Amino acid sequence: MLRYLLNKIVLVLPTLIGITICAFAFVRLLPGDPILAMAGEHGVSPARYEELKEQFGYNLPIWQQYAHYVGDAATGNFGVSISSKRPVIEDFMTLFPATIELSTFALIFAMVLGIPAGIIAAVKRGSWFDQGLMGTALVGYSMPIFWWGLLLIIFFSGYLGWTPVSGRIGLQFFFKPITGFMTIDTLLYGKWDAFRSALSHLVLPAVVLGTIPLAVIARQTRSAMLEVLGEDYVRTARAKGLSSSRVIGVHALRNALIPVVTTIGLQVGALLAGAILTETIFAWPGIGKWMVDSIFKRDYVVVQSGLLLIALIVMAVNLIVDVLYAVINPRIRAS
Amino acid sequence: MSQSTEIAPMAAGNPDRLTGFRTFWHYFSVNRGAVIGLFVFILMVLAALFAPLLAPYAPDIQDKTAFLRPPAWQAGGSVEFLLGTDAVGRDMLSRLLYGARFSLLIGAVVVTLALVGGITLGLLAGYFRGWVDVAIMRVMDLILAFPSLLLALVLVTILGPGLFNAMLAIALVLQPHFARLVRAAVMAEKSREYVVAAKVAGAGHIRLMLATILPNCLAPLIVQGTLSFSNAILEAAALGFLGLGAQPPTPEWGTMLASAREFILRAWWVVTFPGLAILITVLAINLVGDGLRDALDPKLRRS
Repeated sequence: MLRYLLNKIVLVLPTLIGITICAFAFVRLLPGDPILAMAGEHGVSPARYEELKEQFGYNLPIWQQYAHYVGDAATGNFGVSISSKRPVIEDFMTLFPATIELSTFALIFAMVLGIPAGIIAAVKRGSWFDQGLMGTALVGYSMPIFWWGLLLIIFFSGYLGWTPVSGRIGLQFFFKPITGFMTIDTLLYGKWDAFRSALSHLVLPAVVLGTIPLAVIARQTRSAMLEVLGEDYVRTARAKGLSSSRVIGVHALRNALIPVVTTIGLQVGALLAGAILTETIFAWPGIGKWMVDSIFKRDYVVVQSGLLLIALIVMAVNLIVDVLYAVINPRIRAS
Repeated sequence: MSQSTEIAPMAAGNPDRLTGFRTFWHYFSVNRGAVIGLFVFILMVLAALFAPLLAPYAPDIQDKTAFLRPPAWQAGGSVEFLLGTDAVGRDMLSRLLYGARFSLLIGAVVVTLALVGGITLGLLAGYFRGWVDVAIMRVMDLILAFPSLLLALVLVTILGPGLFNAMLAIALVLQPHFARLVRAAVMAEKSREYVVAAKVAGAGHIRLMLATILPNCLAPLIVQGTLSFSNAILEAAALGFLGLGAQPPTPEWGTMLASAREFILRAWWVVTFPGLAILITVLAINLVGDGLRDALDPKLRRS
């Protein structure tokens, strides 16, 4: 197992180096002078320009610049945001919990609906439920989620007036974050009305972000289940006289879920990409919106570090999923 | 699955084209959704081609007397503007019809770029192996390590916003899927007898790669191409929506949605129709893709 783990890490190393090179190159590939680009629209005086050049190390040879960049990043120094004037890592740490909270609820929504739906569709293969579900899943899979979000706002916020249009919590609630997760913090403070407000802000974005994963999970569960239902051990379990629900719920499901878990793990990249759109629509203060805003503010220090941090997170999660997969499934370890 | 042995050689460049197509159509048309998807897609292509004839107005003409006019069937609407008008008095229907041109253009250009890039890199990697393979595939892994939309966003930031740059960025992001597919297929085919035979007969590297091996990798490529076509439309619309793709007043559907956002609670039609157009197009293409997968490549069947 340890050997498997080390092997995986070695395989990931080139990607890790590649990610840092991409982030390093980003600022240097921008049209025009990198310092002027980073300074934003206001520009800088010639003296300040030289100072910045010195400070960012642009007068050094390129490989030294890269070494400095990686060294800084490894020690958690990602520079200072031009628009917020705060260290990028601090902004990231404040905003990231919002994205995790949103993604977690989106994933829960997708799993709670997707897995049972996929199982039922597989068990009742060819039924109207199966066909309807697969049709719906394809629609979900083809959904432009930025439009889906707007439609839900029109209906639930505009027409029914049930949910707020944007943000994470009602403006009347203000408290110092403990965990950064609104749903948890409000409970820790014991404020029920604030908790309700946080939930009502969360519902629509979570549904929007969870739509594509829901479709993917439902499809994947169905096909994994169909495959497993045809296996010998399922037939044996049936022949032993076990109840249908036990065969499906225990014997089949446990094996069918292995590929599903992998699929869910691999949705992380898609979730973060989706978060860019979802957060923009709902003015959700997470890292997706932060990236888009920073691009428009030309705060390239943030874009550069955001790119690096997000790619590292996706890579780390994929690595963890790979390893967990090997833990559940010994066959993978052997190969 | 019993058909697999029967279809594979058919799809793989059977000299008897007609029978090949008939077999293909036989399996494709079993999938009712795929046929509907194909029908809708053909309608889209026709709408795009004949947009100037079909559209009642030019896409950028503004009627200063008709801002945010609702669709014909709603109170306040008129048959003059069937699907209503947008905030500066442009006819929604006309803009949507012209928008079909952009979406199909985006799909076609992106898939072509991604195909050419992916096939070249995949062939090189799978055929030569060794350090060529390692170098190419590491870069592909790297591209796939980023969430696709994020990478596209950053690339567009470097290249500058605009439809063409958005297409380039999306093609680059989608291209590794093709490279991986081609590489895997080439590695599987390379040691087959017919390739060895061609090599013995004196075929050079280029001929072996392009004329001998490539035609036998086409089936999965066609399927992937279809799915990438719909992906490209979605991503381009997303970039347009974020303000980094096609720029206003281009009647690209995503861009139209972006400028409609502020009227979302006042004029549902300016938001609903462009998105519906994206959804229908993408759905139709995905249906066709599923049908193609069933018909061309039984190994890839999901269900």
